[in-house]
Amino acid sequence: MKYAYYPGCSLERNAAAYDHSVREVADLLGIRLQEIDDWNCCGATEYFSRNELAACAVIARNLALVEPQTDQLVAPCAACYLNLIKTDKLMVDHPEFGKEVNQCLAAGGLKYEPGRVTVRHMLDVIVDDIGETAVRDKVVRPLAGLRVAPYYGCQVVRPISNNDNPEYPMKMDHLLKWLGAEVVDYPVKAHCCGGHMTQISEPQAFELIRRLLQNAQDYVADMIVCMCPMCQLNLDGYQSRVNGFFGTEFKLPIMYFTQMLGIAFGIDPQKLGFGKEIVTAMPVLEAKLGGQPV
Amino acid sequence: MADKIGIYVCHCGSNIAGTIDVEEVARWAGKNIGDVVVSKDYKFLCSSLGQQMIEDDIRSEGLTGVVVGACSPHLHEKTFRNACKRAGLNPFLCQMTNLREHVSWVNSDKAAGTKKAKALIFAAAERVKRQKPLEPMEVEVNPATLVVGGGIAGLQATLELADAGYLVYLVEREPSIGGHMAQFDKTFPTLDCSACILTPKMSEVGQHENVTMFTYSELEEVSGSVGNFKVKIRKKARYVDYDKCTGCGICTEKCPRKVIDDVFEAGMGYRKAIYSPFPQAVPRIPVIDAENCTWFTRGKCRVCSKVCPTDAVDYDQKDEIVELNVGNIIMATGWKLFDCKRIPQYGFGRLANVYTNMEFERLCNAAGPTSGKIVMRDGKTEPKSVAIVHCVGSRDVNSNPYCSGVCCMAALKFGHLVLEKTKAEVYSFYIDMRTPMKDYEEFYQRLLEEGMHFVRGKVAEVTDAARKPDEKGKLIVQVEDTLLGKQRRIPVDMVILMGGLEPQADAKELGLKCGISCSMAGWYTERHPKLDPVATMTDGVFVAGVCQGPKDIPAAVAQGAAAAARVAGMIAKGTVTIEPIVASIDEEGCSGCRICNNLCPFNAIEYDEEKKVSRVITALCKGCGTCVAACPAGVITGAHFNNEQIFAEIDGILWDAKPQAEVEIASV
Repeated sequence: MKYAYYPGCSLERNAAAYDHSVREVADLLGIRLQEIDDWNCCGATEYFSRNELAACAVIARNLALVEPQTDQLVAPCAACYLNLIKTDKLMVDHPEFGKEVNQCLAAGGLKYEPGRVTVRHMLDVIVDDIGETAVRDKVVRPLAGLRVAPYYGCQVVRPISNNDNPEYPMKMDHLLKWLGAEVVDYPVKAHCCGGHMTQISEPQAFELIRRLLQNAQDYVADMIVCMCPMCQLNLDGYQSRVNGFFGTEFKLPIMYFTQMLGIAFGIDPQKLGFGKEIVTAMPVLEAKLGGQPV
Repeated sequence: MADKIGIYVCHCGSNIAGTIDVEEVARWAGKNIGDVVVSKDYKFLCSSLGQQMIEDDIRSEGLTGVVVGACSPHLHEKTFRNACKRAGLNPFLCQMTNLREHVSWVNSDKAAGTKKAKALIFAAAERVKRQKPLEPMEVEVNPATLVVGGGIAGLQATLELADAGYLVYLVEREPSIGGHMAQFDKTFPTLDCSACILTPKMSEVGQHENVTMFTYSELEEVSGSVGNFKVKIRKKARYVDYDKCTGCGICTEKCPRKVIDDVFEAGMGYRKAIYSPFPQAVPRIPVIDAENCTWFTRGKCRVCSKVCPTDAVDYDQKDEIVELNVGNIIMATGWKLFDCKRIPQYGFGRLANVYTNMEFERLCNAAGPTSGKIVMRDGKTEPKSVAIVHCVGSRDVNSNPYCSGVCCMAALKFGHLVLEKTKAEVYSFYIDMRTPMKDYEEFYQRLLEEGMHFVRGKVAEVTDAARKPDEKGKLIVQVEDTLLGKQRRIPVDMVILMGGLEPQADAKELGLKCGISCSMAGWYTERHPKLDPVATMTDGVFVAGVCQGPKDIPAAVAQGAAAAARVAGMIAKGTVTIEPIVASIDEEGCSGCRICNNLCPFNAIEYDEEKKVSRVITALCKGCGTCVAACPAGVITGAHFNNEQIFAEIDGILWDAKPQAEVEIASV
């Protein structure tokens, strides 16, 4: 199966582990990812609130660059995913606006026909297109004994549905179970991580992060498995700051679901970007997966 | 003989005259449509003076056809047909055209409305000239009635008819009659015991000489039409001989197999594999649940058979089909509870102490699994605080947009019971408190005084994710209190979700069997939402209770009685008039291909083996026209809808679209 691939900026830097593991896992599952040639930044959340037309034009450029042979585009980053899908939907729902966006694109000799490309999240591709049997078939190192808290965050499940329950999504729960992991019923799984709030008001941001970590700890989870670079950064990168702020002692590794897939598939952890996380996953993986060379 | 057509255009006050120049339409029709001898407009044609005017014209002018441009024929076709009949004109020579619902009410452009009205009048006139006098048929009404559903609405309908001296067949899917009301503890707002007021009615039905019950049975097939329906009932195998069993209950007592009772106990309690759903069940004849019975699943046991003193257990019993003839059918098939798992953020099925309203009914019922003690899932701890969440699966575009009508009052009832039986604090989370019927608002006031806490706001989630130490081990209800304008988190021990009412899963399928349709939400559609609430568009089929839409017990009972009254009226009259709009087959041209026999949805075409031709059974034909269209030889005619009439109507509608020469047909 062939898909266009939009990594986005995060996956080139702080979320490189996500990018590496997505590519490795896709390879093994027969998902052919064709990176969009000369893709650009999606503008994240800020651009939309400043200038909608410019924001959409920046995003639509990526849609226009998807090769005509494919109409499926995979974006692993939750923010990129939502921006791409939102732009396409705005252009479909408001043809006049779509024309304005295309006038912008025309300056660069590009054109995008609204609705041509279907934007997909990597999780949906693996769960819906590949499916349970094919995933289970590839598992060589079941994650038995590992207690994971699946954390979805906001942007993939809301406001535009990816055929999961927007209030209480289950797709990643299922996927992690296929890998043999013990999946905790994580009640805050679709709550907000705070996004960029750390840059605006630390007390507010730290409280949002604390709730997520606290709940995972209450449920005796060994780690939180996420699907968004922003969530990963907040929970992992700010964990020690949160501990300092509240006097807590959280020590929860925050991993991407594709990294866990890779481990279960027997891929070399180095190739999956293990070790790039700040709260290291090594000790818990070694303890729980029976001293496997992780 | 030349046609003499009278045209009458109604103002309907300003309903029609407001957006159609009715005087112009009448004047124009008199001049431009052929064979028209009278053309008038009138303020209210349906008034007795209006009718009298038409009658007088028929007599004085010798009219051979009448066109009435007014409202929908659903409302007044009968009125004008009767007026014609009184004046000696065959009622089927009167044609109504709908200038109100089809023109004036859906249009604001007077010129365009007037133009369309002219075309419709033209069409009706061209049609009426080609209509033939028809004589309606009278058929006898079978005095027996089928009632489908043994809940409170069906029971009421059954008793009303049976007490009036008429025979009733009552079909119920479950092993006992009683319906949902049998599961309730108390009823609002009077707080009288539900079973105490229901069971006398149940036993009355069970013992009534005019009632034949078919419990553990389903409606399989319906054919025929008003006055003379043929129905097939599937009596599911009970594996207990109905005649031999005395209802002593030893089999149930000795049965070694315990099963969770998902139906009557809403999953809160157990029953045996051979069981009666509850002690006051009617009939008291148990059934064997073959899916769970050890004999059926593993070929061992037979304990029930061994202990039965009358040898009533019969493992070889098979489903049985019973055929009945009835004159009328009352559908009272009830509802099912919204599946609260469809709103996962409320935690039902995940968080132990989240209950549905039906579970809570059983929990606080003295005859329920805890003997009425309000305790949590551990079976012993009394809750210190209880949250009641309204509108779960109601008033929500993500599930059901409608209001289920009964949940606010049921929530108040629950609040009262919790306050009465425990020391718990009770919180109600509501969008709007809906208490519109007799004594309902007073009950709300009573609960306010009793100290129930009311928080206006739709609950966002019920979670066990504690943020603060005092939330540990609790269920936290996260809600925006829209009166305070604040987000609140209220930790409680127990949460009750007020699940909404939904149509039965097979309501649509069952409705199709007897020719009635469902609304978008799946409730059965009544003939008129205000003025004909228990009849349906199929004559002889009536609806009662929640299957027609959410309602409380008093309303369901009222509808049951209303449906019975309608049926009793039909039976008392003895005959019913059937429209003579039926198909007929020209036997000369019929090749006997039998295509029509198989297509007819009403089984109204029989095949004459001797003559090798098909023939329409007039009493069964509904005039749908399927056979007319399908006949390869074109020898089936639909009375009142033959090709000539339909084409003339189309020609009339297009009067101004045709080349001038052809309009000549219109001029005298």
